[in-house]
Amino acid sequence: MDGVAAPAFDVARIRQDFPILSQPQARGRPLVFLDSGASAQKPRVVIDAMVRCMETAYANVHRGAYRLSELATDAYEAARGATARFISAAEPREIVFTKNSTEAMNLVAHCWGRGVMQPGQAVVISELEHHANIVPWQMLRDDRGNELRVCRVTDAGELDMDDLERHLSDGKVGLVAIAHMSNVLGTVTPVERIVALAHAHGAKVLLDGSQAAVHRRVDVQAIGCDFYCFTGHKLYGPTGIGVLWARLEHLDRMPPFLGGGDMISVVTFEKSEWAPVPGKFEAGTPAIIEAVGLHAAIDYVTAIGMGAIEAHERALVDHATARLAQVPGLTLLGAAQDRGGVFAFGLDAAHPHDLATLLDRAGIAVRAGRHCAEPLHARFGLDNGTTRASFGLYTTKDEIDLLAQALTEAREFFK
Amino acid sequence: MSGLFDDLRDLYQEVILDHGRKPRNFRRLEDATATARGDNPMCGDRIELFVKQAPDGTIADVAFQGRGCAISTASASLMTETVAGKTPDQARALGAAFREVAMTGACPDCGAALADDMERLAPLSGVHEFPSRVKCATLAWHTLNAALDGAKEASSE
Repeated sequence: MDGVAAPAFDVARIRQDFPILSQPQARGRPLVFLDSGASAQKPRVVIDAMVRCMETAYANVHRGAYRLSELATDAYEAARGATARFISAAEPREIVFTKNSTEAMNLVAHCWGRGVMQPGQAVVISELEHHANIVPWQMLRDDRGNELRVCRVTDAGELDMDDLERHLSDGKVGLVAIAHMSNVLGTVTPVERIVALAHAHGAKVLLDGSQAAVHRRVDVQAIGCDFYCFTGHKLYGPTGIGVLWARLEHLDRMPPFLGGGDMISVVTFEKSEWAPVPGKFEAGTPAIIEAVGLHAAIDYVTAIGMGAIEAHERALVDHATARLAQVPGLTLLGAAQDRGGVFAFGLDAAHPHDLATLLDRAGIAVRAGRHCAEPLHARFGLDNGTTRASFGLYTTKDEIDLLAQALTEAREFFK
Repeated sequence: MSGLFDDLRDLYQEVILDHGRKPRNFRRLEDATATARGDNPMCGDRIELFVKQAPDGTIADVAFQGRGCAISTASASLMTETVAGKTPDQARALGAAFREVAMTGACPDCGAALADDMERLAPLSGVHEFPSRVKCATLAWHTLNAALDGAKEASSE
């Protein structure tokens, strides 16, 4: 298991791995970075791996019959292998590299939604989805007529499983597309139960793991889902690389995504033949350096241990839940039993945007707004949005205390 | 209370906090002759502006409704106080000068004709040090231009 052989989790030592955390902010204050849910900071090993790739082993992949190209191809494919192991995929061919999670979900909407699903089949999403798991299905609906159904979220911010079952009961649903963890509520959804329910009604399951894959061990075979998406930049890796995992049988059935080089086996002006999976979905020169960076990020978190990271973040969640409850006038959004380190809240005396400006002055970086989840904020009657603090493996309890103290002072400021 | 946010008093002056909490002319104008909606999609700020023009075009009354942060609400409130009684051209000139101040903190070309009005709007000049907040301050003025131009929507994006 993860964590058994790993050394004890030492957050002070881990923080030294991230150069940006020692960059002083306004008025010399230390950086309190509480926006990892939007994008995480990068450890030295990721930065170094990308630089080393460019300095010593860079060329285009899958083409040149020369040593540098072979080295780069090996590095790119090694990243695929590491990614497959990271989420316990059956084999590396099941990993398709994309630009980000958004592209991964669009790929499924395009290639599975338009290429495999029937127009009469419906898609079920939920109220807690990020726009990236809403808009592609609206586009599919408008393009091909696939009905879009929305599963309710309870007042506690949990998925209403009875409502999900209702949506599935007529057997017309082809796909259930749900976040593994909400980027606003922090809710971790019961993915095994979702999969069991969906499969029992003949529907496939896509999980948006953009948040979850960062915070806990993901085993796609144990979960039993059909598609799983996550992104490199939230996992302490670079921007520009995301991951679609899908069962090989699904990838084989899906038509290609973009057309171009690398995704074909034979091209004539009359017709082309597609490259085997996963090349069929990776047209053009891929994100080679970013794949190397993602590989380094995966090695980094794996060496620390996803179990140890989860335990650290669980302690942070407990601490934040208690500390934020002590801030006068603060209302926390969501109260799920199983939640990760994402806290969206309102403060009675201050608009989220004003609050973020104040916190920035205290060196605290948070996100203000609706966090690409406008329908969820409407669901909870929060049209002004919320302020969101989200944690990473480098977050400390002291930082959460600073946040709570700054929020208390901010309220005085605006009162 | 001591200190964590003291230097933000330049941005959030008492005038701003006051107009943010108790915006003036925060109402619908049922007999408006021009209206426009302003959106700042990044943060969800939204205002609806109502203008009532006299037969000669002069702004006889102006009011707004909507939601937003302290900066955008205070800016809309101060704007309604400032442009009442002005001709559309005067209001547009004032808006251009205000946007200049919001972005740079100064308006070297603002002549004596605008001095009194600009002094009233001066509490908002602090936003120029906060690039992500400039749009909060200018949303109401973009919306006023849209209303005067007969457009229905304005965006500060």
